Amino acid sequence: MSYLLFQISFLGYFLAMAAYIVYFVSQKNQVRLIARNIILAAGILHTLNIAVRYYEAGYTPITSQHETVSFFAWSIVWGYLSFRWRYTVKNFGTFVSVMTVALMFVAALASREVLPLVPALQSWWLPVHASISIIADGFLALACIGGIMYLLQEREIKKKRFGLFYSRLPSLDALDKLNHHCLSIGFPLLTLGIISGSIWAKQAWGAYWHWDPKETWSLITWFLYAALVHQRFTVGWRGRPAAIMTIIAFLAVLFTLWGVNYFLGGIHTYAS
Amino acid sequence: MPRDVIVLLGVNHKTTPLEVREKMALSGGYEQPLKDLAAIGGLKEYYLLSTCNRVEVLYTTDRPAETRKEVLELLFGRAVPPKELDRYVYQYENEDAIQHLFMVASSLDSMIVGEAQILGQLKEAYRNAAEKNTSGLILNKLLHKAFFVAKRVRTETRIGASAVSISYAAVELARKIFGQLDNKSVMLVGAGEMAELAAEHLVGNGVTSVVVVNRTLERAVNLARRFNGRAASLEELVDQLQHVDIIISSTGATGTILSKKDLKPVMRERRNRPLFFIDIAVPRDLDQDINELDNVYLYDIDDLQNVVEMNRAERDREAVKAERIVEEETLKFSSWLDSMEVTPTIVELRRMADEICRVEVEKTLGKLKHFTPKEQKSLEKMASAIVSKMLHNPVQYLKADNADHSNQRHGRINTVREIFHLNENGGKETERNP
Repeated sequence: MSYLLFQISFLGYFLAMAAYIVYFVSQKNQVRLIARNIILAAGILHTLNIAVRYYEAGYTPITSQHETVSFFAWSIVWGYLSFRWRYTVKNFGTFVSVMTVALMFVAALASREVLPLVPALQSWWLPVHASISIIADGFLALACIGGIMYLLQEREIKKKRFGLFYSRLPSLDALDKLNHHCLSIGFPLLTLGIISGSIWAKQAWGAYWHWDPKETWSLITWFLYAALVHQRFTVGWRGRPAAIMTIIAFLAVLFTLWGVNYFLGGIHTYAS
Repeated sequence: MPRDVIVLLGVNHKTTPLEVREKMALSGGYEQPLKDLAAIGGLKEYYLLSTCNRVEVLYTTDRPAETRKEVLELLFGRAVPPKELDRYVYQYENEDAIQHLFMVASSLDSMIVGEAQILGQLKEAYRNAAEKNTSGLILNKLLHKAFFVAKRVRTETRIGASAVSISYAAVELARKIFGQLDNKSVMLVGAGEMAELAAEHLVGNGVTSVVVVNRTLERAVNLARRFNGRAASLEELVDQLQHVDIIISSTGATGTILSKKDLKPVMRERRNRPLFFIDIAVPRDLDQDINELDNVYLYDIDDLQNVVEMNRAERDREAVKAERIVEEETLKFSSWLDSMEVTPTIVELRRMADEICRVEVEKTLGKLKHFTPKEQKSLEKMASAIVSKMLHNPVQYLKADNADHSNQRHGRINTVREIFHLNENGGKETERNP
């Protein structure tokens, strides 16, 4: 049942992406509205999917690779929709839907088996720590998408060669603001995620910090974002350097999420 | 003896890139080059024009082939090697030269077709030549004719309306950089019609404050007053950069007035809030390198022109739309005008009759002093009743049927006007009445 919902929402995201790409090329407003309705519907189905899986598995489904990545995609979509509700960033949806589809694809490839929960994860900290961390990652992903869009737009304005993006992407100011908004939500959540994880670690493993690869990498990620946020607030870092930094920091996020599990292992790896 | 030839030699934005034009521009004023040209014996009358987008010399001579070389050598020999010059310089003679001059004067050859600045520049150039007595009978006549042509083109066509295009491009770029333009401020460095136009356009699109910087403070103050802004002297330029977002530069300076080195500390001080420079001066005011700084965007006049080109398709579409609207409105208006023609005639007719009535009643009442006010009222009433009854049919005749053929209606209006002698002062009244 939950898998069916997953497949339908995946299909929905895919259709939304197709519609957004058509909109990106044609700039017809009707297409945009269609795309938006599809992504909204898919987002709701995806929520149902996660809820049903919670019911079926009996625990918060953010443990296996499939669950984590699917939840990641979910938080990107809802992060995006929450922004859409407040203000619009032209053609943001196109980029967001591409990223969502990519993540859903990864999630679809991973094993969907519902395994009994290992003892270490049997805690009410699981939903708190995991969901906060992944939602933080969602907003940081949106910041990264904004950064990519910023670089594309900035390049055309700076080089004075106006191609595909100049007319389609929003103003540099809007993209920089987007970056700012996403960071000011994503960074506190990331901090909370690390703190909650640390408290949980104390309960489960006896110490707040183990220098487990995942912990180390999330600390590195945190420092990257902390530097960026600090620079933004103190010397008014913005524009291209901030966008590049956002992208680099997000690569660190991705590495923390996956790279660590594959290359470094450690006690934080449950999903093998 | 052969007839003198009118020769026009020049370069403009179409033939020559900005880097070369920059070198060729007579940035030192007209005086010296005009004096220098006197040394060339073959020239009879001549004048020089140097603007952002063109450098042209027009002269009469009986030896066009030899003088071309001498003139080019004298004016541009130092800036550009002769071989290269031939690639850039265009030459027109007689009719072609005259036509070209008229095109230039009417701003049809301008980078921004329809901009009005060129006429002022042409007049200035001519004034210099006239003062130095380098223009004579032919050139005086020719240039005055050119001014006249420009004026006619301006008044009889809508060509001037498209001059906003460069400002439009500037505004569009500013929007892509800053998003909303509210609460942004613009600084004008130097003056010039194009710069002012761009500033005006920015203000019209939400820019709230204007700072004018000029070498002469008086000029700055005057211009600032026009935009409700502040004035500052050129020495304060770098300090002022803290407070503004968009800079339009158009000084006549020969060198650059701002370099990357000056700007670095400014950006730190600004906390990296973006700066958008628009350099419409030739030679350019601003160091090209400043575009390399993060959050600094520099566009010179050729760059803006590219944006304008990009917008052309859209503007053409807009033009079609505008034409359709004009057509539609014209139709509406003319039919409205036609239907309203009857009304002023009736109004005049009534006014005339009322006037006669008033005069006659007064005359009669003057004789009938024993009338009580009530009786006077009755008399007045009677008089105006007669007038109304008399006018009833003519008015009905005029109003007869608004839908019928306009020729017949005009015929009826004409008949009534002739019968009642309304034609002497009719014109004025018709205009005043809606």
